[in-house]
Amino acid sequence: MMHVLGLLFPPGLLTAPFMQNAWISGSAVAILSALVGFFAVLRGATFVAHAVPRASFAGAAGAALVGGDTLLGLGIFSAISALGIAFLTSRRDRGQITALVLAAALGLGALFLALGDAYAPQVYALLFGQIVGISRADVLGILGLTGLTAAAVAVLYRPLLFVSVAPDVAEARGVSRHRFNVLFLLLVALSATAAVPVVGALLSFSLMVGPAAAASYFGRSPASALWLSVAIGLVSVWLALVLAYDTGMPVGFFVAVVTAAFYGLGRLWALTADPLADAA
Amino acid sequence: MKGLELPRADQTILDLEGVRVELGGKVVLRDIDVALRRGELVGVIGPNGAGKSTLLKVILGFIRPSAGAVRFAQGQRAGRGAIGYVPQSFSPDPDLPLRARDLVALGIDGDRWGFSLGGARRRAAVDEALAWVDALSYAEQPVGRLSGGELQRLLVAQALIAEPDTLLLDEPLANLDLRSQDEIVGLVGRVAHERGVTVMLVTHDMNPILGVMDRLLYLAGGRAALGTPDEVVRAEVLGALYGHHVDVLRVHGRILVVGAAEVESLTCEA
Amino acid sequence: MALLTLVRDLLQTPAVATALWIGSIVAVVSGCAGVFTVVRGQSFAGHALGDVGSTGAAAAYLTAVQPLYGFLGIGLLGGLAIDRLGNRARERDVATGIVLSLTMGLSALLLFLITEQTSATGGPLSILFGSIFTVAPAVTLPVELFSLLALGLLAVLYRPLVFASLSPETARARGVRVGLVGTLFMVALVIAVEESSLVAGALLSTALLIGPAAAAVNWTRQIGHTLALSAFLGVAAVVLGIVLSYESYFWPPLHRGWPVSFFIVMLVLVEYIASRLWRRRREATA
Ligand SMILES: Nc1ncnc2c1ncn2[C@@H]1O[C@H](COP(=O)(O)OP(=O)(O)OP(=O)(O)O)[C@@H](O)[C@H]1O
Ligand SMILES: [Mg+2]
Repeated sequence: MMHVLGLLFPPGLLTAPFMQNAWISGSAVAILSALVGFFAVLRGATFVAHAVPRASFAGAAGAALVGGDTLLGLGIFSAISALGIAFLTSRRDRGQITALVLAAALGLGALFLALGDAYAPQVYALLFGQIVGISRADVLGILGLTGLTAAAVAVLYRPLLFVSVAPDVAEARGVSRHRFNVLFLLLVALSATAAVPVVGALLSFSLMVGPAAAASYFGRSPASALWLSVAIGLVSVWLALVLAYDTGMPVGFFVAVVTAAFYGLGRLWALTADPLADAA
Repeated sequence: MKGLELPRADQTILDLEGVRVELGGKVVLRDIDVALRRGELVGVIGPNGAGKSTLLKVILGFIRPSAGAVRFAQGQRAGRGAIGYVPQSFSPDPDLPLRARDLVALGIDGDRWGFSLGGARRRAAVDEALAWVDALSYAEQPVGRLSGGELQRLLVAQALIAEPDTLLLDEPLANLDLRSQDEIVGLVGRVAHERGVTVMLVTHDMNPILGVMDRLLYLAGGRAALGTPDEVVRAEVLGALYGHHVDVLRVHGRILVVGAAEVESLTCEA
Repeated sequence: MALLTLVRDLLQTPAVATALWIGSIVAVVSGCAGVFTVVRGQSFAGHALGDVGSTGAAAAYLTAVQPLYGFLGIGLLGGLAIDRLGNRARERDVATGIVLSLTMGLSALLLFLITEQTSATGGPLSILFGSIFTVAPAVTLPVELFSLLALGLLAVLYRPLVFASLSPETARARGVRVGLVGTLFMVALVIAVEESSLVAGALLSTALLIGPAAAAVNWTRQIGHTLALSAFLGVAAVVLGIVLSYESYFWPPLHRGWPVSFFIVMLVLVEYIASRLWRRRREATA
C-alpha cells in the first residue's frame, strides 16, 4: 500500500517549488476556466472559447515584432477579436464570423512572425505552454486575474443565465442579448489573457469545455452545474499534474484526456438517466 | 394592497399613435391607433403574418416603429418587471441544466446583477406561481424535456411572478389542450380583472376567450380594428381590413370569418 | 496585361507553378464544401478539423508515414466523432470542442515524443505553418485524386444534401436519410480541410473553407450559383495571394517576402466584407 502511494506521489510532487507554483496556478486556471466555460457550454459558444485565445497569439507575435509586452499584446488582441466577433455576428450566423475573425488574426500573426525575428516556436510555446515553468510572480498575476474573472462572473451570473436560456423573455425584462453577448465575449477575452501565457491555450481550452460540458449532464440546476464544473476542473488538473509528474509527459495531454473522460461519463449518465433521449 | 391604488378602470395605460412598422423593406403594420385601458383583457387576432407578434414586439421596444409613437401612461410603473412577456416560440435545448422551477425563478429577478440567495420565501413564491398554472407536478423536471404545453404554462408563470402591470402573451393557448386552455384563460382573466393588469393575448381562436375578453383587436393587411367582438367581427369592418369581401358566419355561438378566393389563405376561425 | 506577363513568368518557376495549380484545386474543393458548411452551420467543425489534422501530421512524422495520410486518417476519425456525438446545435458545438481539445492534447504528447526522440522542433512546427511554396511533388497526384473524390462525393450527394441542409425535418419526412447524408458530407469536408491544411497550413484551411463560401452566400440566391461563385472566389484569392506574395520580395523596406497565407487570408476577408456591404445595400434598396 505504502509502495503504491509512494509511486503515485513521488518525492517533490508537493514540495518542489516549481510544483507548488504549478499546483496553485493550475487550480486557479481550472476555477477560472470552469466559471467561464459554464456559460460557453450553456450558450453553445465553445467555438469562441477556442477562437479568442487562439486569435490572441497574433498579439503575442505583434508584441514580439515591436518589442512590446507579450501580456499586453495578448490582452489587446483577445479583446479586439472578442469585440469583432460580437459586433460582426448577425443573429442567423452560426460561427462563420468567429472563423473569419480567427483566420484574420492568424493571418496577421503569420505576417508579424515573418516580418519580425521572433522565433516561431517561442510564440507557439504559448499553444502548449508548460505549466511547470511558472515563476512566483506569474502565480500572483494569475491569482489576481482569476479573482477578477470570478468577481465578473458573480456580477453577471443572473442576467447572463437568463439571456442564455430564454433570450426573448430576458430582452423583455431589459436584459439585452447583444449587450450580454459582448460582456460574455469580454469575459472569454479576460480569461484567455489570464490563462494563455501561464498554461497555454490548449490546457485552458480543455479546462473550459470539458468540465462544463460534463457538469451540464450531471447537474440539474444551473447553480449545481456551475459548482460541479469547478469541481471537475480542479480534479482534472490535480489528476493530470500527478500523472505528468509521474510519467514526465505533458500536463496538457493528461488534462485533455481526463476532461474528455469526464465528458464521456456525462454522456453515458445522460443515456442511463433517460434511455429514450438519444433514440430520437 | 394593490386594489387601493387601482385608478379608474377606464384610464388609458398604453397608447399607440399612428404606428407604422417596416421590416426588410415591407410594410408590416400601418396607421395603428390603439389605446389600452388599465385592467382590460384584449384579444389579438388575425391571419398568419398579419403582424400580431410584431405589434407585441413594438410595445416591448424590440422593434422601433418607422412612424408614430408608443406611449405608456404616467404613473405606470416603469422599468424592470413592468411588462410580462410570453414569446410565441420557446424551445430550450434538451440537455440544459435548468429545472422548471429555475426557469420560473428567473422571472422574479433574473435581470438583477449578481447571484440570488435562495431562501424559503423565494421558494414559496416560485411554488405559488407554479401552482397558478398547475405545474407543480413537473417543477423538478429539466425544461428541455417538457412538452410544448407544459413549457407554455411555465412561461405564463414566469411572466406573472414579476407582478407586471402589462402582460403580453403571444399565442399562449397554441399548444394547450382544452382543459389547460380554460385554466390559463381563467387565470389570465382574473389577473386582468382582479389585479388590474392590462393583458394582450394573441390567439388564432377567439372562442376560448370570449368569456373573459373585454375587447378584440383584429389585425389584417397591416391594419387594426379595435372594439367589442360584436363591433369588430362584422363583414364591413373586416372587409375593409382585408381589402376584399369577407363573410362572417355565426354557427352555434361560434364565429367564423370566411373570405373570397384571394383571401382564402387568410381564412381564420375567429 | 502586366499581371498576365507576371503570371507567365511565375509559371516558369516550378515551385510557383505547382503552388498555383495545387492551391487552385484546394480552393475549388474548399469553396464547394464550404458552401454546405456555412449553410449547415458547421463552421466550428470545419475549423477544428484543420487542427485535428495537424495531430495526424505529427503522428505521421513520428511514424514516417506520408503526412497526407496522417492528416486524412486522424481527420476522418475526428470528423466522424464530431458527426456521431452531436445531433443538435448545442450538443454538436460542445462535442466539437471536446474532440478538438482531445486531439490537441494528443498533439502535445506527440510533439513531446518527437522532441524526445529526435531533439528536433522544426519539423512538426512547419506542419502548423505549412507553406504552399514547399509542397512536395509527391503529394500532387494524391491531392488531385482526393480532390476528385471529394467533388464526386459532393456531386452525388448534391440534391439530398441541399434538401437536408435547408430543411432537415421535411427531408427526413420525405425519406432522405439525413444522418447518412450528413456523415458522407463530413467525409467530403474532411478531405477538403485536410488537404488544404497539408498544402497551405491549418490557418489557411479555415479561411478558404469559410470565407469564399460565406461571401458567395451573400451574393447569390440559388445554390448552384453559390457553389460556382464560391469556388471562383477561392481560386481568385489563392492566385492573387501567391502573385502578391511573390511580388512582396521586392517591397521596401525589408525585401524579405511577406507570407502567402497572410495575403490569401486578407483577400478572402476583402471578398467577404464586400459581400456584406453589397448585401446591406441590396436590403436597404429592396
Ligand atoms: N425581421 C423581419 N424581417 C422581415 N420581415 C419580417 C421580420 N419579422 C417579421 N416579418 C414579416 O412581418 C410579417 C408579420 O410577422 P408576425 O410575426 O408579426 O406575424 P404574426 O401575425 O405573428 O403571424 P403568426 O400568426 O404566424 O404568428 C410577416 O409577413 C413576416 O414575414
Ligand atoms: Mg406570431
